[in-house]
Amino acid sequence: MAGGMAAFGVTMARAGKRFLSSLPVLLGVLVFTFLLMRVLPGDPAVFFASGPNAGKEEIEVIRKQMGLDKPVPEQLMLYLYDVGRGNLGRSMTTGQPVTTDLRARLPASLELTFAALLIALVSAVPLGVLAALRPGSIIDHGVRLFCALGVCVPTFVSGLLLIYVFYYLLGVAPDPTGRVDIFASLPPSRTGFLLIDFLLAGDIDGWWAAFRQLILPALSMALFVIAPLARITRASMLVSLGSDFIRTARSVGLPWWRVVVTYALRNAILPVITITGIVFSTMLGANVLVEKVFSWPGVASYALDALLSSDYAPVQGFVLLMASVFVIVNLVVDVLYGIADPRVTVG
Amino acid sequence: MIHSLLTLNDLHVTFSTRRGLVEAVRGVSLSLGEGEMLGLVGESGSGKSVTGFAITGLLDAAGRITAGSIQFRGRDITKMSGSDARNLHGAAMAMIFQNPRAALNPIRAVGEQIADAILAHKRMSRDEARAEALKLLRAVQIREPEKRMAAYPHELSGGMCQRVMIAMAISCNPALLIADEPTTGLDVTTQKVVMDLLAGISAERGMATILITHDLGLAARYCRRVVVMEQGRLVEEAEPRTLFHAPQHAYTKRLVAASPTASSRIADLVTDEESGRSVAIKVAPRPPPAPGTPPLLEVHKLAKRFDLGAAAVADFSMMIRAGESVGLVGESGSGKTTTSRMICRLIDPSEGEISFEGQAIGHIPARDFHRSPFRKDIQIVFQDPNDSLNPRFTAFDCIAHPLLRLGGMRAGTALRQRVEQCADRVGLAVELLTRFPHQLSGGQKARVGIARAIACRPRLLVLDEPTAALDVSVQAVVLQLLDRLRREDDLAFLFVSHDLNVVRMMCDRTIVLRNGRIVEQGASRAMFDNPQTDYTRELVEAVPHIETIFAAAVN
Repeated sequence: MAGGMAAFGVTMARAGKRFLSSLPVLLGVLVFTFLLMRVLPGDPAVFFASGPNAGKEEIEVIRKQMGLDKPVPEQLMLYLYDVGRGNLGRSMTTGQPVTTDLRARLPASLELTFAALLIALVSAVPLGVLAALRPGSIIDHGVRLFCALGVCVPTFVSGLLLIYVFYYLLGVAPDPTGRVDIFASLPPSRTGFLLIDFLLAGDIDGWWAAFRQLILPALSMALFVIAPLARITRASMLVSLGSDFIRTARSVGLPWWRVVVTYALRNAILPVITITGIVFSTMLGANVLVEKVFSWPGVASYALDALLSSDYAPVQGFVLLMASVFVIVNLVVDVLYGIADPRVTVG
Repeated sequence: MIHSLLTLNDLHVTFSTRRGLVEAVRGVSLSLGEGEMLGLVGESGSGKSVTGFAITGLLDAAGRITAGSIQFRGRDITKMSGSDARNLHGAAMAMIFQNPRAALNPIRAVGEQIADAILAHKRMSRDEARAEALKLLRAVQIREPEKRMAAYPHELSGGMCQRVMIAMAISCNPALLIADEPTTGLDVTTQKVVMDLLAGISAERGMATILITHDLGLAARYCRRVVVMEQGRLVEEAEPRTLFHAPQHAYTKRLVAASPTASSRIADLVTDEESGRSVAIKVAPRPPPAPGTPPLLEVHKLAKRFDLGAAAVADFSMMIRAGESVGLVGESGSGKTTTSRMICRLIDPSEGEISFEGQAIGHIPARDFHRSPFRKDIQIVFQDPNDSLNPRFTAFDCIAHPLLRLGGMRAGTALRQRVEQCADRVGLAVELLTRFPHQLSGGQKARVGIARAIACRPRLLVLDEPTAALDVSVQAVVLQLLDRLRREDDLAFLFVSHDLNVVRMMCDRTIVLRNGRIVEQGASRAMFDNPQTDYTRELVEAVPHIETIFAAAVN
């Protein structure tokens, strides 16, 4: 399998090249967000002054403490210097360093997003394949209707509906308040992903409780992204099923499932990988609504709170984090592409 | 008497399309003996491939066998259940296709694909199947088969892919093999090697074979019996010899006449009643060149290197006089297209000089050449009549475009008259001018492409495989048209083609290219009759010549 190793090496080299070329983008994002925050209305010093009747002198003192009296380019240089040393500043709302806050909250968002993506993929790919196998049939139209509904209903509405049905009416779901029951004991934090931490601690009851908390928010997020994934699966399956090599596979009498799965689906999966990457990045940033509805302690709701209180550092840190996640996701997609398609070469 | 393996009885196949039901096969009856090789010849739309797909059960969802029966070893396979039919396909009958690279799964190693085909019908482990696949790769004479097992289709040449396809098809020793245009799109030499291999394997294993092709010469070379199809019907069935020397049906007569052979002349290709359709328009004759004028085109030591360094073309020198027709032949990758693109100034040469009527034009960047006064003197006719016409332009717009851009004409009556005159000259009915490319047939599109190229009365026409995508009977008409236009207007041709028979007819002189270098050049007939280099000889011998086949048969 020397060929396989060589191909993998080529893929990794390409991924590395991509990573280096995305570093300037990250810098650009950093500077742009910094300037944008300075342009937005609202003065953090006023916000953090002791009370509504704080005097002008008091606000000036705060401004000085925060370094807001310095000219903007100088502030930018100081900020970049800090970021370079791994310091994203301190949140005025929580009083914690932004890195600590993000590190505590990112696993919650990632866990939710991964779960939602898993649900979406597990349902969207088979739906898309079914629809493509019988285009124009009842199944095809059913899938289309389901997808349309998923896109039309905003995530917070579907989230509220799910709470209404499963928590209020049926009573099968736990309180929609965060990642675990407030009285439950948390496992020792190793990865930050509760489902994994509970498993590592051997606490099956705790795992089940966390899982029950996770399922509704993940479901309402998944509903929203099933549509694009199922549609792209259907479209690329149709192309794949109509191609010459499927005819060849049928001509040598391959079993039906082998034609559909090994020949058609494996070829059709490439565009699905691309869309999955895009969907993942979007979900991570855009799930603020779900996080709010389910009181989920994620990074998006953290950034929203900070934005509303003109707290610069967390917002800038959040945007930088999202940009980095985007770069990483693209790298992963690149590597997956190289594995899935032997035709991808250095380029 | 040969035992009959396959019998088609009054087979009808109908497709349901948006415009209603279309009957593609209308009552085909034929029988095939064990081990027999049958040629099924016809042009596009004749229903020959559909017949093949009906036999192998590969009709797509819209197609249905509406009447008739297909008896295979005494059983009617049109009435067979799904699982029975699946056991038949690949095991008792197999098929190979045109465009072998697309016919293989692009993301699966070819060894695995052959193993898949074996495992579909035999109970064995994956490793045993792989070992079997390796044997098959040896049987189809692939070099270094161990290495190729792990190769993907894009890493193999077209000829190699077709060998892999043959290996897959014969993996379960079928009794019947249907080869649908197996060598169309391959180079002549590859074509010969692949066909020889296929014929050898069929004979060795006693496989009955149906060779579906548009190429009468190919069918005649390899088959004992040839059937001709037209519009879904069988029109004639005969031995190739009889078919060529005494065709009975009018369509066969036309087809035989239109197929270029080593001795055919342009005038013979088309029967008189057909060629009379296009009107010969008198154009004002050009003044004869004054003595001492430089030749129309002179190319000196032309070279092109692409980024990776290897020269696509090197040390290419030639000359074309006014009104002369020069052929450029070679296999794919020989640099003939690159050379022709450089000469018509669509790409820039890396080295060398091109001069047109004594004026150097090689240094003008290709990007700016459209502003040069020579642009209208050097025009090009492209290979694919579909892709080279703007789908949003009507035929009129296509022909008017160069007149507006290069000819300095304005929209108006004069332009309309000029476009209609061009259409007349290429035999395109004036009422077709309002149509869009997708509403025209392949031959009509080819005419639009030619009319567009000659609209500004060029001096040199570069023809890049102008008939490669056309049926033989359409090709015949188009070739005749081109030759007439050349004589009428004293046009010079640079005729790029892989079809030696066509070049021999069309061109006074021919240049043979290989790996970007000139191998041989000279007067066409003399060179093809008596090639001086091994390579040219190999090329000439690879072409299925009907005469030599019969000569061999007599001996």
